[in-house]
Amino acid sequence: MHTNTRILANKFEYLDPKSLSEALNILDEYQKKNIKILAGGTDLLVKMKTIELNIDYLLYIKEIAELNFINTSNGLSIGATIPFSHIIKEDKIKTEYTALYEAIQAIAAPAIRNMGTVAGNIGNASPAADTVPALIVFDAQVLIESKQSKRTLFLKDLFLGPGKTVLRNDELITRIEVPEVKPNTGSAFIKKSRVKADLAKINLAVAVQRKGQNCENCKIAFGSVAATVVRAENTEKLLEGKALTEELISKAAQGVADEIKPIDDIRSTAEYRIAMSREMLQDALSLAWARTYSEAKPNLKGGGE
Amino acid sequence: MRKIPIKFTINGQQKEALVQSNELLINLLRDELYLTGTKYGCGIGECGACTVFVDDELVLACLTLAVTVDGKEITTIEGLAKGKELHPMQVSFLKNAAVQCGFCTPGMIMTAISLMKENPDPSEEEIREYMRGNICRCTGYTQIIKAIKEYAHNMKA
Repeated sequence: MHTNTRILANKFEYLDPKSLSEALNILDEYQKKNIKILAGGTDLLVKMKTIELNIDYLLYIKEIAELNFINTSNGLSIGATIPFSHIIKEDKIKTEYTALYEAIQAIAAPAIRNMGTVAGNIGNASPAADTVPALIVFDAQVLIESKQSKRTLFLKDLFLGPGKTVLRNDELITRIEVPEVKPNTGSAFIKKSRVKADLAKINLAVAVQRKGQNCENCKIAFGSVAATVVRAENTEKLLEGKALTEELISKAAQGVADEIKPIDDIRSTAEYRIAMSREMLQDALSLAWARTYSEAKPNLKGGGE
Repeated sequence: MRKIPIKFTINGQQKEALVQSNELLINLLRDELYLTGTKYGCGIGECGACTVFVDDELVLACLTLAVTVDGKEITTIEGLAKGKELHPMQVSFLKNAAVQCGFCTPGMIMTAISLMKENPDPSEEEIREYMRGNICRCTGYTQIIKAIKEYAHNMKA
């Protein structure tokens, strides 16, 4: 198809509900039709310009004021339409959910971060999404609502493949819930891309909880190395209950490549991704482990990247 | 297709327009309001040439539906000058020759102004970091960064 990114050739009916119940009613009514949900538009509009999607109805959710919130009183509760740039204004993201802070800072550029949303990043289901590995290592859950039902899923269980989720056509992601971070937890997010504003060739989030000298709990999630974001569970088990010494971290790095299934694509090669996964895991684990000690926690003044 | 009426403020002026659902903000600005300072570069959110302010926040006009700016306040590069007096960031770009072909300049200036609001005294690294979504194919960025630094310096004085 000849693409023209100057215009949006696809003609559709624009629906802009002002309340959540109105939006859920629309999704219920139009669920058999070709309807798509629009938030920031930084993924969907690009796709509409470059791929023939033949959308008949576009549901714009950013006018729904009740979804534009972030609440940090008990863990994190992130509304579906709050843009990335507003989320990281909360100090708690940087000090407690450092990997999430670093993941958001790694996304594209300021204008895109003013437009895009976490729920959109999730719903788009790109294996390269930056916030997804970071949210997974914090055990994030996603609240999914429809006119008929309401369900909560662990974020890691939401994805079926590139661009594919378990969401039904009448369902909307309304909220992301992240539990309170346990004491003595440190986390880090690392991304490799051609230039910083690009999508990830490979990205990685790590969260470790320290008890005394040992690693009590460890979560590792890689993006852009398989059809969905993947947890490196064998490596997590290898590390748990032990002190994260240089030798152990290096041993973990040797095995971690067995847990990912990278391919060659336009952004990178499987070979590069495998080699990088080892290096990045060492860096991220060391960084996260250091941050389990409060004096190494990022302060609010310094930059995240 | 049905046209949708919208009301918005553009560079301080109230306007009304009838737009199609699939009309992009960039084309409303350029083709109907003749505000051609906002440039079409890549059309896919990678170059920053179409950067404008919507309700005081940077937004890419090529990835924004015109209908979504209903009730909002838009500022484009044309809205920065006060009468014949240029915005100090524009002056700083001129003085530092931070322009070659000029195509990226409106987006650069909008982004630079936003940076100054968030961080009035940025380091060179912070400037590069913030400007990373605005691509220039001529100058190699040196003069642009100089212009932003000088602006920050002048504001402090």
